[in-house]
Amino acid sequence: MTDQTTARNDAQAAADRFLALNSGNLASYLESCVRCGLCATACHFYEVTGDPKYTPAYKLFPMARAHKKNSWPWRWFGGAKITEAELQEWEELLFDSCTMCGRCTQVCPMGIDIASIVSASRSAFAAAGRGPEDFMQAAENVREKGSPLGMTPSVFDGRVEWLEDDYEVDLPMDKEGSDILLTVSSIEMMKYPKSIIAMARLLNHAGVNWTFSSTGYEATNFGFLAGKPDIAKLALERIVNAAEELGAKTVVIPECGHAYGALRWSGANILGRALPFEVLHITELLSRLKADGKLKFRPIEGSITYHDPCQISRRGGATHLARFLLDDAEDFREMTPTGDENWCCGGGGGVQAMERAADLRHKVFQIKMKQVEDTGAQMMVSSCANCRLTMDGSKDYWKWDRELESLAELLVEYLVDDDGEPVEWDD
Amino acid sequence: MELLEFARGPALMFSITVFIAGVLFRIFSLLFMWRTKDTSAAHPGQKPEIMAALSDILRRMWPLATYRQRSLFQWINGYVFHIGLFIVVFFLLPHILFINDLTGLSWGHLPNNLVYAISIVTLISLIAALIMRASNPPQRLISTFDDYFSWLVTFLPVLSGIVATMHIGARYETLLALHILSVCLLLIYIPFGKLMHFFLVFITRGQTGAHIAHRRRTTVLKGE
Ligand code: SF4
Ligand code: SF4
Repeated sequence: MTDQTTARNDAQAAADRFLALNSGNLASYLESCVRCGLCATACHFYEVTGDPKYTPAYKLFPMARAHKKNSWPWRWFGGAKITEAELQEWEELLFDSCTMCGRCTQVCPMGIDIASIVSASRSAFAAAGRGPEDFMQAAENVREKGSPLGMTPSVFDGRVEWLEDDYEVDLPMDKEGSDILLTVSSIEMMKYPKSIIAMARLLNHAGVNWTFSSTGYEATNFGFLAGKPDIAKLALERIVNAAEELGAKTVVIPECGHAYGALRWSGANILGRALPFEVLHITELLSRLKADGKLKFRPIEGSITYHDPCQISRRGGATHLARFLLDDAEDFREMTPTGDENWCCGGGGGVQAMERAADLRHKVFQIKMKQVEDTGAQMMVSSCANCRLTMDGSKDYWKWDRELESLAELLVEYLVDDDGEPVEWDD
Repeated sequence: MELLEFARGPALMFSITVFIAGVLFRIFSLLFMWRTKDTSAAHPGQKPEIMAALSDILRRMWPLATYRQRSLFQWINGYVFHIGLFIVVFFLLPHILFINDLTGLSWGHLPNNLVYAISIVTLISLIAALIMRASNPPQRLISTFDDYFSWLVTFLPVLSGIVATMHIGARYETLLALHILSVCLLLIYIPFGKLMHFFLVFITRGQTGAHIAHRRRTTVLKGE
């Protein structure tokens, strides 16, 4: 095949996938944009670069064109075809510079959910062989190795054993009849194992009957983010099968925003049936345990602020739970804006895993640094390892002096027993 | 046939037919498309979908405080020409008489001079919107033929209406005919472009409202 035919085939593959995904919901969005440009002011990528190409509405263009080409009455006029040049131009806009944070939707007078169009568009682009190489490879790793970071079942097993020994904490594996199946994100396992220890200690202290699974352990869903539905489904089935085998009634997603979104909101839709268990993010579970009096904390020292991960607050609806967990803090300060309107870390939607987007991410982090500095808080707490990894990278880049902390790791340090005595851990 | 007769007669009938058929076609072709069904379990304590949809339709009438400052001019200007157009179209006495002729319906009108003043404000507001579109970088980049043409077909009836009222440049009958023809152009174009947002706004706001409410945690925790 010549290069030209390949290019034509790619463009056709993208167009076909666009049409396959073009539901009435998405078509309504595509047809209703009035191109007022207001969404630009909500997007961190536009905010830090001032480059109009980052206008969220611009990201609708390829799919809007594919839709138009195939619907009446535009069909009569031939409509515009998707071209290789467009695939080239929009790849960066759909992958590197959209974290699917949903902020633009808050501003849009038409209420257009741009992130859902970006998600469908990524799928069309992936069908055309488009997407940042490292990111697409991370998705492929899920198929071959069980995890985007290559954490195979035996690596996972080995790490769990090592953590169990090192931290003297009970980490049950494949325990049948457990109420809760706890999953992990490979980011935590490889970079922030202490947050796994923290979750385990909190659950053990609260007397929760939980387990890991040696087959359904990976919480993140890179197939979902990369627009590869077969991989998305595969990752999902691993968790569902594990939960069913173990009889778990609840699956808990660790500190990871997109993993929560992928299982909690898209899981049933991808699977084609209702999930046979309840899905909770770790902040939801910890809040429940705290509300039930099974977890008690002493006042958290120092000045802290909370970074709302987009998929847990704005798009997950659990905004107030982190505040509930942190209400023992001596000096808690909200950023402006905060909660559902908080700025994204810049690394969601898989952008964290795209090396070539690093500069852009660092730029975006300037917003966060300013937000935190304006509060005067010394520590920024969050409940997403992906946000944390993004922010840690940018913090190093800018040599920023404030502390970043995981919510679970912070809470476990302030845990008290029924008599109000601090619980000591031997690390 | 005189130009005015043509405009009032066949031209208007044709454009009204295209307008109604086209708008219905656009609406039904969208409503009859397959729709994705969200099978995920809603957070407990959800308000019914229809209420969520309605409340988002209302909520988006005004920007959230966080985003207000930077979009205020556009919001206010948008309201000025939307409300201005509405008043001019439906509350000018000659328009009401005209609609009465066509449909037999009638309602109260506003003083002519007031409506003329509003039409001037509307005209200026539309020009401001165009300047904004052409000068604000994000808006300029995303603007398509549809945006400029939609602007033009909205602007022309306002302009020609003002000119006709002021009797400038030609015989009143000719000016009136041109005014009616510009309205015909608007009516014909509505189903083909973004002016359909007058209807689509309810669908998109509604579905996003329901979507977001599905994910809102309204209750806290205990005994959930
Ligand atoms: S805010 Fe909404 S309607 Fe306006 S340009 Fe952006 S997506 Fe389109
Ligand atoms: S979802 Fe977030 S990153 Fe993507 S376009 Fe909207 S505001 Fe920008």
